[in-house]
Amino acid sequence: MSDAVPPKGTGPLARLEARLAWGLLLPTITAVSLVVILPLLAIFWISIKPVSLADLRAPEVVLREDLRGSPAAAGDEATIRYRLRNSSQDQPIIGVTFTDEVPEGLEVLEVDPRCTLEGRDLSCDLGDWEGGARETLTFPVTVGQAFLDNALRPQDSEAKVTGSASNVLTNTTFTWDNFARVFDGDEFWEVLWVTLFYTVFGTVGALLFGLFAALLLNKSFKGQGILRGLYLFPYVSPIIAVAFAWIILFDPFSGSANALLIQMGVTSEAINFFGERPLALIMVTIFEIWRYFPLSFLFILARMQSIDTDMYEAADMDGASPFQQFWALSVPQLLGILSVLFLLRFIWTFNKFDDIFLLTGGNAGTRTLTVNVYEQAFAVSNIGAGAAVAVVIFGCLLLFSAFFFKFISQEEGL
Amino acid sequence: MSKLRYGFVTGPVLGALWMVVLSTTVAVAMSFATGEAFRPHILLSLLWGAIIGYTISQRLGDFWGEVMGTASLVILILLGMGPLVVGEDASSFARVFAAVALSVAFSWSMHLILDDMPAKLLTRHEFEAAVIKFLTGFGYIFFTAIVLIPFYVMVLTSLKNQSELIQNPLDFSIELSKGAELFRSYDELFTQFNFGTYLLNSFGISVLTVLITLLFAVPGAYAVARLRFQGRAAFSRSILLIYMVPMIVLALPIYIAFSMTGLRNSLLGIILIYPVTTIPVALYMLQGYFRGLPAEVEEAGLMDGLSRLMVIWKITLPLSLPAIASVSLYVFMIAWNEFLLAFMLLDDPSKFTLTRGIASLNSSEIPRQHLMAGSVIATVPIMALFLGLERFMTKGLTAGSVKG
Repeated sequence: MSDAVPPKGTGPLARLEARLAWGLLLPTITAVSLVVILPLLAIFWISIKPVSLADLRAPEVVLREDLRGSPAAAGDEATIRYRLRNSSQDQPIIGVTFTDEVPEGLEVLEVDPRCTLEGRDLSCDLGDWEGGARETLTFPVTVGQAFLDNALRPQDSEAKVTGSASNVLTNTTFTWDNFARVFDGDEFWEVLWVTLFYTVFGTVGALLFGLFAALLLNKSFKGQGILRGLYLFPYVSPIIAVAFAWIILFDPFSGSANALLIQMGVTSEAINFFGERPLALIMVTIFEIWRYFPLSFLFILARMQSIDTDMYEAADMDGASPFQQFWALSVPQLLGILSVLFLLRFIWTFNKFDDIFLLTGGNAGTRTLTVNVYEQAFAVSNIGAGAAVAVVIFGCLLLFSAFFFKFISQEEGL
Repeated sequence: MSKLRYGFVTGPVLGALWMVVLSTTVAVAMSFATGEAFRPHILLSLLWGAIIGYTISQRLGDFWGEVMGTASLVILILLGMGPLVVGEDASSFARVFAAVALSVAFSWSMHLILDDMPAKLLTRHEFEAAVIKFLTGFGYIFFTAIVLIPFYVMVLTSLKNQSELIQNPLDFSIELSKGAELFRSYDELFTQFNFGTYLLNSFGISVLTVLITLLFAVPGAYAVARLRFQGRAAFSRSILLIYMVPMIVLALPIYIAFSMTGLRNSLLGIILIYPVTTIPVALYMLQGYFRGLPAEVEEAGLMDGLSRLMVIWKITLPLSLPAIASVSLYVFMIAWNEFLLAFMLLDDPSKFTLTRGIASLNSSEIPRQHLMAGSVIATVPIMALFLGLERFMTKGLTAGSVKG
């Protein structure tokens, strides 16, 4: 008698299903790899290259061509002049050549030794160029009637220039200078501290405010829907609109907030909310709380409404007071969503760029890691250093995510 | 704490605090509405609030007593001895209006807070109920104020002109007599600053982003939710992980690549990028929803001889229309509000999206009411869409992106 054994391995149907699944996922995987994975790899590569914003334009040979002299009749002499230069001051260009067509009716009297003329085709080989090199080639010509009739100028036929420059993005020059620059000095620690302050307080604040707002709306009354929609405004509106609204509201010279505070007697002179240390950092954190409390509010409210009300009735019968019910019944029920929200928001706040960039531009002690990426890459024009900061951010992100998945896998069964 | 739990202690304490809250609220609201000098008097607020709180908690007056009390509060304010101090310049209408509003609001809401509370010793239950009512009232005022004030300032700034604003930053009163002149900033934005084009660009880009995102995300989400294959869990996690990669990290290499391929400064480049940033979100939200659909219906379809793809098209999609609506709305919102990529990749004013266009208004030469008018133009469409479909939106946000 043989025992029944469950089949091993994958059967044909399962294989078919897997193939279909990968087929359905393929477009997404391709697109995401192209736009997310590839740039992520690129950022590691750039972070060890000495590349600045100016290097993005590869050095090239710039050529200008004109006809000197003003020939009026057949038989007059003139000069075709080519002026060439290396567009980069420090990068060499190797194997510079150009070819051009001499217009009909011009007879070249003398050809530069580096060039050859076959029929009307002129080609020149100018060798290797240092950075900043310039060259002028002149060809004396006599003018024929055909030239005067055609009115074709030498510059009408475009000269083709070749020459290869080593591109700093693809060559094999590597450097740790970018990282040295990022980690050098006190600045990095200040940036890190600002980032952590912003992230921790922004996250906790948004959660607490969200919880408070959810408690307010966790009962049905007339106008509840309106209030819920209203409380989501900050999250739904474009960041650029609300950020500028805040800047104008808190303007030190003509902002309403200052006018109000002076009138109420809270302060005697205008406060520069977004321009002073450490107030600016506190303000951007408050902005973060203001903008993202709706999200926590939404999730917490959704969780609250799924809690069974029987439990509260039972607790009521047993004489538990409202605060006791909140601590002993609601909080434990909400702990799951609160922890998930905390982790997600922590990561997102850590990665936030637009808000601070728009509010203060990273000035007055509000430069976080993400703003530093922009600052290094575009304000200081050092793309390599910006990439190095981005690598640091990505490292932190991986760290948080490892923690997140370890934690959330217990919490959510993912 | 237990000392507090006497009606004749709790009543005055809550009354005093509530009067501070309300007088501040009325002062701020009146200041913003009229631009005149209204401010709360904290000490007098505490005093009068405590007295009224005590009388109400001890049930000292009948209905007419209450009316008399409220009226005397109005008179106190008008005489300058109440919880609200009104500046000399304020019009008498504003003055009376503020006094009556504060007095009536306070008496009425104080009743709501204290009515169920006994006059003497309170149980913990009764005490906490009163405190919670107080906190609830405070919460409504607080949240409504912090949400509304920035938007109020945004809209009304866009209707004023520079000199009016500098003269009195609190004066947001609208002179209706100016008529169409009020909307000058908007008119100039559309006629001189190309905002019509930006609006169209933003709209086109957002709609395309939604369509492309759905095209990629629906099959992907279905595969992750329904089909069994090796690496499904890993895939599901990588989606979340990618969802968390900060845009600024990707923006640098994208900027370089686009600069070199000539895609920078073109709307095509933007349309290539936006959907990819939203596909992970959409995929994650949709797969959560697909998982919740009963598999039996689809299996019945398979039994009847439909292919998998036909099942998705004919059964799953119609069943998940609400989810698709909410995902579309969310993706539309992301694309509409996107700022960073548009800011970095677009330089040519004829190709700006709305957010990029507003960013270009932020210069010292352009008056700030233009900046605010631009902000209003960007905010209104997304708000209208959102308020109209709020049900979908909240459901979509909570259903998929984080389950809990």
